[in-house]
Amino acid sequence: MEATIYRSHVLICTGTGCVSSGSGKIKERMVAELEERGLQKEVKIVDTGCHGFCEKGPIVIVYPEGVFYCQVDVEDVSEIVEEHLLKGRIVERLLYKEPLTEESIPSYNEIDFYKKQMRIALANCGRINPESIHEYIAVGGYEALGKALTEMTPEEVIEEVKKSGLRGRGGAGFPTGLKWELTRREKSDKKYLVCNADEGDPGAFMDRSLLEGDPHRIIEGMAIAAYAIGADEGYIYVRAEYPLAIHRLEVALEQAAELGLLGENILGSGFNFNLHIKKGAGAFVCGEETALMASIEGRRGMPRPKPPFPSVSGLWGKPTNINNVETFANVPYIINNGAEVYSAIGTEKSKGTKVFALTGKINNTGLVEVPMGITLREIIYDIGGGIRDGKELKAVQTGGPSGGCIPADLLDLPIDYESLTEVGAMMGSGGMVVMDESTCMVDVARFFLSFTQSESCGKCTPCREGTKRMLEILDRICAGEGREGDLELLEELGNHIKETSLCQLGGSAPNPVLSTLKYFRAEYEAHIKEKRCPANVCEGMKSAYVIDESVCIGCTACTRVCPVDAISGERKKPHYIDPDVCIACGACAAKCPVSAIAQG
Amino acid sequence: MKSLEELKKLREELQKEMLARNSKGKTKIVIGMGTCGIAAGAREVLQAVLQEIEKRKLDVVVSQTGCIGMCEKEPLLDVQLPGKDRITYGNVTKEDVQRIIVEHVINGNIVEDLVVARLEEGGE
Ligand SMILES: Cc1cc2nc3c(=O)[nH]c(=O)nc-3n(C[C@H](O)[C@H](O)[C@H](O)COP(=O)(O)O)c2cc1C
Repeated sequence: MEATIYRSHVLICTGTGCVSSGSGKIKERMVAELEERGLQKEVKIVDTGCHGFCEKGPIVIVYPEGVFYCQVDVEDVSEIVEEHLLKGRIVERLLYKEPLTEESIPSYNEIDFYKKQMRIALANCGRINPESIHEYIAVGGYEALGKALTEMTPEEVIEEVKKSGLRGRGGAGFPTGLKWELTRREKSDKKYLVCNADEGDPGAFMDRSLLEGDPHRIIEGMAIAAYAIGADEGYIYVRAEYPLAIHRLEVALEQAAELGLLGENILGSGFNFNLHIKKGAGAFVCGEETALMASIEGRRGMPRPKPPFPSVSGLWGKPTNINNVETFANVPYIINNGAEVYSAIGTEKSKGTKVFALTGKINNTGLVEVPMGITLREIIYDIGGGIRDGKELKAVQTGGPSGGCIPADLLDLPIDYESLTEVGAMMGSGGMVVMDESTCMVDVARFFLSFTQSESCGKCTPCREGTKRMLEILDRICAGEGREGDLELLEELGNHIKETSLCQLGGSAPNPVLSTLKYFRAEYEAHIKEKRCPANVCEGMKSAYVIDESVCIGCTACTRVCPVDAISGERKKPHYIDPDVCIACGACAAKCPVSAIAQG
Repeated sequence: MKSLEELKKLREELQKEMLARNSKGKTKIVIGMGTCGIAAGAREVLQAVLQEIEKRKLDVVVSQTGCIGMCEKEPLLDVQLPGKDRITYGNVTKEDVQRIIVEHVINGNIVEDLVVARLEEGGE
């Protein structure tokens, strides 16, 4: 094979985030500009997966310098080509600026957002072309599979994964090596391996990014697992709303089969493995493993009681091992580097790294991969760049819609599976929503519960009826109609639903309510007893605006913007807002030139 | 592919294509591509460099830099071997490129008659 050497590589992100902010057009223009200047033989354009910093997209990285350009527009392309690729001058104005210092940072690795991250699962995302198996192999891809197949027995692979301390990244945190061992032990003529890529948590997109950015890593991790448990067939269950991930997977499966890395007698070892993609319709409950397998079999996606566990009776009644996408992504690293290297990262019981989807009222949002045991403070302030608009942090919600809210005074909590559960939240799939002082915690709890309630499959009564009743109570509290005893009722219902539901959908749905009741009870009480929403969010409970007469100059600016004519007063005399008419929209306060208006 | 050995061989071949994305510990060639450099023929020098690298299958990273103020000595070409001083050559022609690559990049001997500046390792 003749290798072509390019002096420069231009990496253009083609993850879903950057594509929707226009990276396709940027590539087109880049191709045209390079040709126009005769640079096409010197500069290579590479499509990559997601860098995690979608908010700053479209992202373009120029090597060998590793310069990170963000929020690139089509109009900027000719400048990048002319200045950087031709003349070697960095285009300063397109560099990332740190939110706190306003400093421009040219290099990828120097940006605070990336500096504190530790990329194992996401190591290749944004750095290689996900549609090229050659690039994956060039960075060492499929060597872990080769090593497992030629130098290790299945038992040795399992032992290595057990020693690494890897636990499931799909939410429950079950030890991965142990799960493999349980499936290996079962005697059967047929076993299956399943990858859970349903990713039902709203706001979570780590699995999508992994599949879009480095699909071969997931295939490699799955093949190693299949060898370990003794399966020759596998399924990747991925939601149909992820068309790009599905496309990249299809390309990857084809390439791997072509090179003999999937199929019969892989790398001359005698091991066979075939993989299929199964598209899911995107119901939240289909992420639950027994519902997921029912869905693959073509039945309605509903959970069933366990035991029997999938390792005993899974797909079509055969022993089946199911793991999450991110779990598989860690496997090649463990086989390549050894269990010790992996287990040196993290806390006593939670090893390795976890990918979080960082969102909310924070300066840098995106996907971040951090070592277990890192504190919330480090994630929010060092990586996330702090709270937007200089506001105060109020709480962090982790674990997706059925996670819990952690108050600001627990900011120094080292994050792992146990610590999060202890404070009433959970790891879940790794959602992390940062909330500031303008967030109403009752409203937040209601928001999350309304999601799980509408996604309840209806099979068991506690989840179907219980979440509905809880939501009704929250609705009335937010409408200013809360009653004495509502909080106790919410707690009683919540605890019952958790204990008696068939699956963990109901088993965790009350978490947002219970955790906010625990840490922000006074806020609930203000809604019920004083009919007041302290954060001024809940409709119908917003307090009216008041004019400070000693400051008002009677300019009438407020009267002109009030949409409901609640403000009266003569020119040059102090004005007055009728609290019964005021709808607390805040338009007057925003217009007042002397800041005389505030909420009462 | 039928074995782990074959996979490793393929990887070695493919790694060369990825070189531009991993420049740590590699020999660097930097070409002055300010307006002054381009006017003096830096594009031709750059192309000659790339051809030599491809022809000789070298493990070298090529980048370019803007005007550094020595315009009358353009085209300028810097060579830095890992851990060694950064040597700047001036008034480089297409014909000089082959000499620089063979003598300096491959054999490690500085082409003294073309040197215009020398930057000690670690200094920048
Ligand atoms: C309602 C519900 C939704 C779930 N959704 C997902 C999901 O989207 N992705 C996932 O990997 N696991 C999900 N799980 C967890 C799976 O049941 C299962 O524990 C996991 O796929 C096992 O893989 P792991 O051990 O690698 O984490 C969900 C569980 C429940 C109860």
